[in-house]
Amino acid sequence: MPDVITSDGSIRPDDWVVVPRPADGESLDIPEQPALIPADLWLAGKEHFEDRDDIGVWLDSHEEPEILAGVVNELPVIAVNFPKFSDGRGYSIARLLRERLSYRNELRAVGDVLLDQLQFMKRCGFDTYVLRADKDINKAARCLNFFTQGYQAATDTDEPLFRRRAS
Amino acid sequence: MYVYDEHDRQMAAERVAQFRDQTERALAGELSEDEFLPLRLQNGLYVQRLAPMLRIAVPYGMLRSAQLRRLARITRDYDKGYAHFTTRQNVQLNWPEIEDVPDILAELAEVEMHANQTSGNCIRNTTTDQFSGVQADEITDPRPYCEIIRQWSTFHPEFAFLPRKFKVAVNASEQSDRAAIQVHDIGLQMLRNDQGELGFRVHVGGGLGRTPMVGPVIRDFLPELDLLTYLEAVLRVYNRYGRRDNKFKARIKILVKALTPEGFAAKVEEEWSHIKDSPTRLTREAIDQFKGYFTEPDYQQVPDVKDVLATQRFENREFDQWIGHNVDTHKNPGYAIVTLTMKKTGTPPGDVSDRQLEQIADLADQYSFGEVRVTHQQNVVLADVRKDQLFELWQAITPMDFATANLNTLTDVICCPGGDYCALANAKSIPVAESIQRQFDDMDYLYDIGNIDLNISGCMNACGHHHVGNIGVLGVDKKGQEFYQISLGGSSHHDAAIGKILGPSFAREDMPEVMQKIINVYVDNRTEEEPFLDTYRRIGIEPFKERVYA
Ligand code: HEM
Ligand code: SF4
Repeated sequence: MPDVITSDGSIRPDDWVVVPRPADGESLDIPEQPALIPADLWLAGKEHFEDRDDIGVWLDSHEEPEILAGVVNELPVIAVNFPKFSDGRGYSIARLLRERLSYRNELRAVGDVLLDQLQFMKRCGFDTYVLRADKDINKAARCLNFFTQGYQAATDTDEPLFRRRAS
Repeated sequence: MYVYDEHDRQMAAERVAQFRDQTERALAGELSEDEFLPLRLQNGLYVQRLAPMLRIAVPYGMLRSAQLRRLARITRDYDKGYAHFTTRQNVQLNWPEIEDVPDILAELAEVEMHANQTSGNCIRNTTTDQFSGVQADEITDPRPYCEIIRQWSTFHPEFAFLPRKFKVAVNASEQSDRAAIQVHDIGLQMLRNDQGELGFRVHVGGGLGRTPMVGPVIRDFLPELDLLTYLEAVLRVYNRYGRRDNKFKARIKILVKALTPEGFAAKVEEEWSHIKDSPTRLTREAIDQFKGYFTEPDYQQVPDVKDVLATQRFENREFDQWIGHNVDTHKNPGYAIVTLTMKKTGTPPGDVSDRQLEQIADLADQYSFGEVRVTHQQNVVLADVRKDQLFELWQAITPMDFATANLNTLTDVICCPGGDYCALANAKSIPVAESIQRQFDDMDYLYDIGNIDLNISGCMNACGHHHVGNIGVLGVDKKGQEFYQISLGGSSHHDAAIGKILGPSFAREDMPEVMQKIINVYVDNRTEEEPFLDTYRRIGIEPFKERVYA
């Protein structure tokens, strides 16, 4: 069972699984344990999951978070997949979920999640991270906090430095 | 000039610590080459043909004398004693050791310098006109806005992994554009609207490289307070929808073309409508605070030296030529803008030794309030020189080789490092620049043919801006042989245009002669006072073709 990192740098065991998109013609196989399923499939069959409070969704980097407008807070967890760490779309997706769609529950980074991207992710509104298995999870706390502040407003702060300076 | 406060200092120090940590992990094998690549690029570190190359940021080209001295020391201690001014107003070291880079960054941080985002798929150093703040015809000094953009873009958490690199340039002069804004991913032209309010005309999707493009306007007037929210909207649309499947189609220009400028603009406006009143919106106080860093230096009442200067010019022809070419009008009548040219024949354009960096620092202290500006033509500007010190300055810089009076002429070549240094090159570029400089070594002739932008790149990445040279030269590879393709009619100014290819390429040894023929066509066809570009636009490319390929 993979551990997840939280934004304060602590590590906790966790049993959510990411359910891959089924191949064409196959149906979605929902496990007993807490599961993250492709967001569009959840939307299409939302009513089937109403008796479970351990179903969340995941968005791939090319998907539009806007499809979840209005229903985000029905979900306990939304994950955003980074197919490759250099694919930066997930940062915009995260900010849109938080700042535009007012998502309040857990936002998780999955996929090619490496140490040096963690602080950017945190600033964009993620609060849990599944580090790629070959990376040293014990270095996460340090990498989440290389910087004590930033220049910009982002999901983590409404106060860009130019406003803090002025006050 | 901008001065760090405790926040900037803290972030700079944290950045150095972070990069040290990353370098250690890379050297220990904990980061694969692939994973370290974007991290080191975001710190300006390329790995090159002969050695790594470190690109150091010079925000909008401004340097203080203490920074120049530190650069000189770094080139001595960690490199081979010279550096290179680039076409984006930055400085490059060609031979540092990877292990030393964290120490170099620490040394830079001590003088408020860094290498952040000088490479990689992120928002790069913002550039502007080297005459900002001292020219008479500007709307307002653009540098405070450049600093605002610098801070906003530095370590921006959402935009560190864009589809491709992203460059912003700002221009505030009405008559000229020395920042080449129309060939940037975002070009911002400052202007006032009918109500007298300050703002920007926004060009987007310009660029050179494989698919050269002049950036179309997507907004005629953006009020200044909306600068950052609007940039954020553009970047977000690009980050989400720019192509990531093909590196050569990943620049924003391709997206703008695919959506059409109108379609792209509509998407930006939609995104912007959600965030225009977000906390990222600038405040009047913030802008004023930034402006406070760019106040005028302590200008003195300089005695009228018109007559003295006239006599000096009359008695000394070379001084006269220098004044005529390398000295520009300052908004304060007692002062002048002096460009130190780094284009002496035989030295690679933009190359400076450690000693020269120190000489420039001394000149800045003695003659120009301790500051200089790097230009995208790879020269250095002393922006505030007293007119009564011009002669003395000229005497001082002549033996330093900074007084070659060829500014903006054919031999003031923009040239990339090319095959002598760059792993990506198809051909050498520096020897071509040199052979053309030798061909046109007669100053009277050079002045007679007037201002001509000659830009040379060693490959289609276009570091030497060949597409926007009035005459552009591009190194190409033909069956393992170095050849050179010529284009005519490019411009990076307000009348921006991409040059047209003349025809089949030439061997290096033929280049001076070919160049001579091109100039001859111009001289034969020009009307009085008509610069090269205007003649070209009037007569077209055919007469040039006929002569060159005859
Ligand atoms: C020696 C090592 C260098 C390497 C490996 C290198 C590599 C590249 C590459 C690959 C591009 C194209 C990127 C694209 O089109 O998306 C590029 C663009 C550029 N480079 Fe370099 N470069 C080097 C040095 C320089 C130097 C010394 C200068 C300045 C003299 C420079 C100025 C530029 C500029 C201005 C562009 C942008 C052209 C555009 O707008 O598309 N580069 N460089
Ligand atoms: S234009 Fe090509 S040869 Fe010249 S520096 Fe750029 S990548 Fe190298």
